[in-house]
Amino acid sequence: MTVFIFRRLIQAVIVLLATSVIVFLGVFAIGDPLEILLPGDATAAERAQVAASLNLDAPLPMQYLTFLGSALTGDFGNSFVFNRPALSVIFERLPATLELTTTALVLSLVIGLPLGLWAGTKPQTLVDESVMTGSILGFSLPNFWQGMMLVMIFSVWLGWLPSTGRGETGTILGIRTSFATWDGFTHLILPATNLALAQIALVIRMTRTGVQETMPLDFVKFARARGLSEGRILFVHVFKTILIPIVTVIGVEFGSLIAFAVVTETIFAWPGVGKLIIDSINALDRPVVVAYILVIVAMFIAINFLVDLLYSLLDPRIRGRA
Amino acid sequence: MTGAFLSGESMPARILRGLLASPKASVAAFICLALVIAAILAPLIAPQNPYDLAQIDFFDGRLPPGSEGMSGMTFWLGTDTQGRDMFSAMLYGLRTSLAVGLTSGLLALLVGTTLGLIAAYAGGRVDAFIRRVVDLMLGFPTILVALMILVVFGQGTWKVILALIFVQWAYFARAVRAAALVETGKDYVEAARCLGLSPARILAAHILPNCLPPLIVIGTIQVANAIAAEATLSFLGIGLPITEPSLGLLIANGYQVLLAGLYWMSVYPGLLLLVIVFSVNIVGDRLRVVLNPRIET
Repeated sequence: MTVFIFRRLIQAVIVLLATSVIVFLGVFAIGDPLEILLPGDATAAERAQVAASLNLDAPLPMQYLTFLGSALTGDFGNSFVFNRPALSVIFERLPATLELTTTALVLSLVIGLPLGLWAGTKPQTLVDESVMTGSILGFSLPNFWQGMMLVMIFSVWLGWLPSTGRGETGTILGIRTSFATWDGFTHLILPATNLALAQIALVIRMTRTGVQETMPLDFVKFARARGLSEGRILFVHVFKTILIPIVTVIGVEFGSLIAFAVVTETIFAWPGVGKLIIDSINALDRPVVVAYILVIVAMFIAINFLVDLLYSLLDPRIRGRA
Repeated sequence: MTGAFLSGESMPARILRGLLASPKASVAAFICLALVIAAILAPLIAPQNPYDLAQIDFFDGRLPPGSEGMSGMTFWLGTDTQGRDMFSAMLYGLRTSLAVGLTSGLLALLVGTTLGLIAAYAGGRVDAFIRRVVDLMLGFPTILVALMILVVFGQGTWKVILALIFVQWAYFARAVRAAALVETGKDYVEAARCLGLSPARILAAHILPNCLPPLIVIGTIQVANAIAAEATLSFLGIGLPITEPSLGLLIANGYQVLLAGLYWMSVYPGLLLLVIVFSVNIVGDRLRVVLNPRIET
């Protein structure tokens, strides 16, 4: 176990270093920061002076080391747009994104698990067939278009729900959240639904396959022989077994929710990191783009690591192989 | 050896029979075929060339579906803000979307299969390295990695295709490695080795044909994913350039006027995109049952 953790930590460091080199080369070395910072009629002397002050006249490897050194202390430079440290701009927006993704995650489990269990217990029937075809439709729906259709139907035509922004937030237990006010809650419904839909389809498929693979096993037959009710067998015994793959799915899912939050936040103008990155790309706000990429890569390494760890804790058979 | 060879039925025949046995999959396969033909013939069947300025009239802009234009032409799906016939624009968009999706899917298949075969055959450190990179790649969501690549290396049609290959090859590599690993232990590979055949020939001519079932299934699903991913990137404004409008870009343009109630500019191209991705996925799902490769979803 210790070896496993140690190995993963080394791997994480290598991946982060590789990402930082690629990002540095792509964003800093290929483009010319002077083009953006200097007026068009700047003289050669002015150029040299600004270049020296920004350390741009140093050889490339030296520049990279300077970049890495300040990145390690959390200093990615000031955002061109907000004129504040890039990292703090990102961390300020992170709670809004996490609120959206967690709500979508809970939605996908609350809706996906029962439907998957239902389809799983009725293999080769109309229920199974329709739920499975429905779930293919669910993840075939282009996420961004589906969001636009939600806006069109529920905001433009029916006028039931607001289409953009986060609305009014309040504080519950010291956390600023949209759940605190009715206005905030109505603003959350459409984006959360948009984000959850494809994941619901995924959870349904995984649960259904898990149930169908578990039902013919011996321990289910024994449970039946003991006279346990079908409900107890399904919800206690079978469910416990399929929980292991579902834990992995939740980890993977959380990752793709953060990825697709970029799309959802762009459509619904949700003030999170996803909208921030798209705005920053369009505004050529390099410090924010670089900080975002490195923060997200670090976050994914952490999520994947946690999932693997949890997986080996839940299933002792895996521990030996790691 | 797979059952196909034992029963004497060729792979295409088996796939065709399997598809036709399911009405749902037959319809989906027919739609896929029809859309590919429509995309190839787009310049011939489109009522106008939407990117020839001589053929579009600015005064035809924002016409709802079924309206008649200045030149007497009927726009069955309406026009966009520039006065382009939506139906024609969608046919041309379909062409771009399918071209990008198929190209990147096939190239990813090529890269992934090669690396997967090498990993399985070489074993040892090479295998461990490739496997680790594959695991790493699969841990990151497609859209996010493609987005980062496009941000770092800039935009353009080929860069989008490169980004899509980069995010897709790992799925093929994992499946081929798993299938090839089973095959390399079999007697016929040993026999080929004893005959003194080169590793490249053993891999390409003997092992590869037996890895085809999972490759076909994943290839189908990945083409659907590539089309959807390209549309999403184009929608976010970091995908294809405006000079080559795919369905995603058409939808993005339509989004700007959606809140004003001009629904047809985004609803129809979106429906077309949904029909393609859904049909390809239905075919892929059926192929999974027919070819029955043991692959993870």
